[in-house]
Amino acid sequence: MKRKLEISELIFKIISYTLLTVFALACLYPFVYAVSAAISGRQPVEYNTIILFPKEIQFQAFARMFSDNTFWNAYSNTLFITLYGTLWAMLTSILGAYALSKKRLLFRKTFNFFLVFTMWFAAGIVPQYLNYLATQRVFNSVGITDDKWLVVIAMGMAAMNIILLRNAFEGVPSEVEEAAIVDGATEMQVLTKVHIPMSQSTIATVALFFAISRWNGYFWARQMISNPNEQPLQVFIRLQLEQFTDAEQMAGWNFPYASDSVIYALIVCSIVPILVIYPFIQKYFAKGTNVGGVKE
Amino acid sequence: MKVRATDFLEYDKAKGVYRVSPEQAVRDDVEKHYWRHVGLTIMKDWRLYLMLVPMLLVFFLWRYLPMYELLSCFKVADVVKPVSQQFFSGFSYFKRLLFAGDQLSVDFWRALRNTFILSFYGLCFGFPIPIILALFFNEIRSNIARSFYQVLTYLPKFMSTVVMTSLVTMLVKQGSLVSGMGIVSQALQAVGFISSDVANAGLLNNPAFFRSIYQISGIWEGAGYDSIVFFAAIIAISPTSYEAAQIDGADKWAQMRYVVLPSILSTIVIMLINRIGSLLNIGYEKVLLLYNTNTYVTADVVSTFAYRNGMAGSAGNGLSAAAEMMNNVIGMILVIGANTIARKATDTSLY
Repeated sequence: MKRKLEISELIFKIISYTLLTVFALACLYPFVYAVSAAISGRQPVEYNTIILFPKEIQFQAFARMFSDNTFWNAYSNTLFITLYGTLWAMLTSILGAYALSKKRLLFRKTFNFFLVFTMWFAAGIVPQYLNYLATQRVFNSVGITDDKWLVVIAMGMAAMNIILLRNAFEGVPSEVEEAAIVDGATEMQVLTKVHIPMSQSTIATVALFFAISRWNGYFWARQMISNPNEQPLQVFIRLQLEQFTDAEQMAGWNFPYASDSVIYALIVCSIVPILVIYPFIQKYFAKGTNVGGVKE
Repeated sequence: MKVRATDFLEYDKAKGVYRVSPEQAVRDDVEKHYWRHVGLTIMKDWRLYLMLVPMLLVFFLWRYLPMYELLSCFKVADVVKPVSQQFFSGFSYFKRLLFAGDQLSVDFWRALRNTFILSFYGLCFGFPIPIILALFFNEIRSNIARSFYQVLTYLPKFMSTVVMTSLVTMLVKQGSLVSGMGIVSQALQAVGFISSDVANAGLLNNPAFFRSIYQISGIWEGAGYDSIVFFAAIIAISPTSYEAAQIDGADKWAQMRYVVLPSILSTIVIMLINRIGSLLNIGYEKVLLLYNTNTYVTADVVSTFAYRNGMAGSAGNGLSAAAEMMNNVIGMILVIGANTIARKATDTSLY
């Protein structure tokens, strides 16, 4: 009997390792390929001889990207949106989640439902668009003509993140909070001195979620930001991809790199910042995303 | 609970009569002057309620006000007037979309069908794979090896839709005079899965491949990351459960069936309802970035239909809002239905 146990377990282990390895490699491969294609010479890229490693290495595709002012402009716009957008979203979410985590809050269930309902029912893109247009008019009339602020303030709020924060705040033992109140802490001090330090991993995770959705935001930025100087990186990448097929290929006959390499270089540039931050934050994920209590 | 007279009455010894207790008097007062008590409570605790204000405001202005704009699907289109002043037109837009039988109506039915098919495939293939991955992760005993696999499989989740679709576009792109076709097309052609004509024309230009590309890229992007929740549920299972099962002679498959699966069932149900909740909110961004005129047949979903005809086209806001309204209402019904079934069948439900 013992023997049979070992066999079924062994089979399962072998299957697990094999399939996981295949899947992990499949996840990694496109990134490696993109880097290789970005730094390979014209001939290998155009004739598709690159499988994994770069051939005839050149860095002119990157150099071209870096010498382009529009690229840096788009990059700084994305940084602006990510920084301010995350700060704004975290500020509103933390304050709101703290209030929602308190049992003594009146109409707590109603407020919770108010949030959760937006997860199930969204108005759809056309009504949302009309709404943003109206917001844009209001913003313009009070003198905010930079549409980046519209993206920062009006977009990117997520009920799920607030619920994650609320659950974390609910997990703070009430004895600690009472001790702080006995020592004369105000509401704000309870939040900043007790709740925030005690739920760091969730806060880090949620901040990362917000930052990534800001960094990656495309559709509404493209719809709402008309001034090309204010466009974020994602819009810039997409516009490059849409344009390069006709214009670039004709113009680029005597470049040392293939036109595809420019796109790959752009893709690599936009992923690198996330890859740099990722290892530092990754350890918080399993702790921070406790999706059990979406109830109420 | 049994109600006793002493809960709300107290005996007045001096007068020798029963009278309403002070606690009950407060309770009566709260009942009578409910809103005054609400006001007083909020005033006393105003800091806490002030904290809620920014969040509620953001959600009200940019999540709930658009729902008000949805009303335009019942109104006569008028570019100049706001929704509140437009004339009521009943269900004319809905009738137009569903029964007119012209090109727009045919397109709408196609979009509705595609929405269902894409989400159904997503449910069939996209949902179980993270669970299976979590089971596999659980098999790896070494922490270092497991983190290594996890880091790699979470990675694609953090790419933007634009970058992801750009990569997909490049990997399956068509061949032309100046550049060859994408590496994946090439590989598929090499193993004889597709003919060279098909590969050369570009897989994204071929409606037969859109759904597969959409699903596979979706799994590639999200499966690893989605497995976190299930993995957390699996490592929470007590080792004694496995031991008990082993003593009873359960092999690996039996352990899966009788120990692991029942333990993570509630997580699966909650995630399933969650998934059904966003079932019809197909990622329009991804579809918009991947589709083109050649692939509308299989790729056009309701949101993109509404976008093309409403925001970027000439059909008017009312008509496209009506299209999205139908989509959203069906989505709501699905969530509530799934939730009810789950509550009846497994005692687990989301709300």
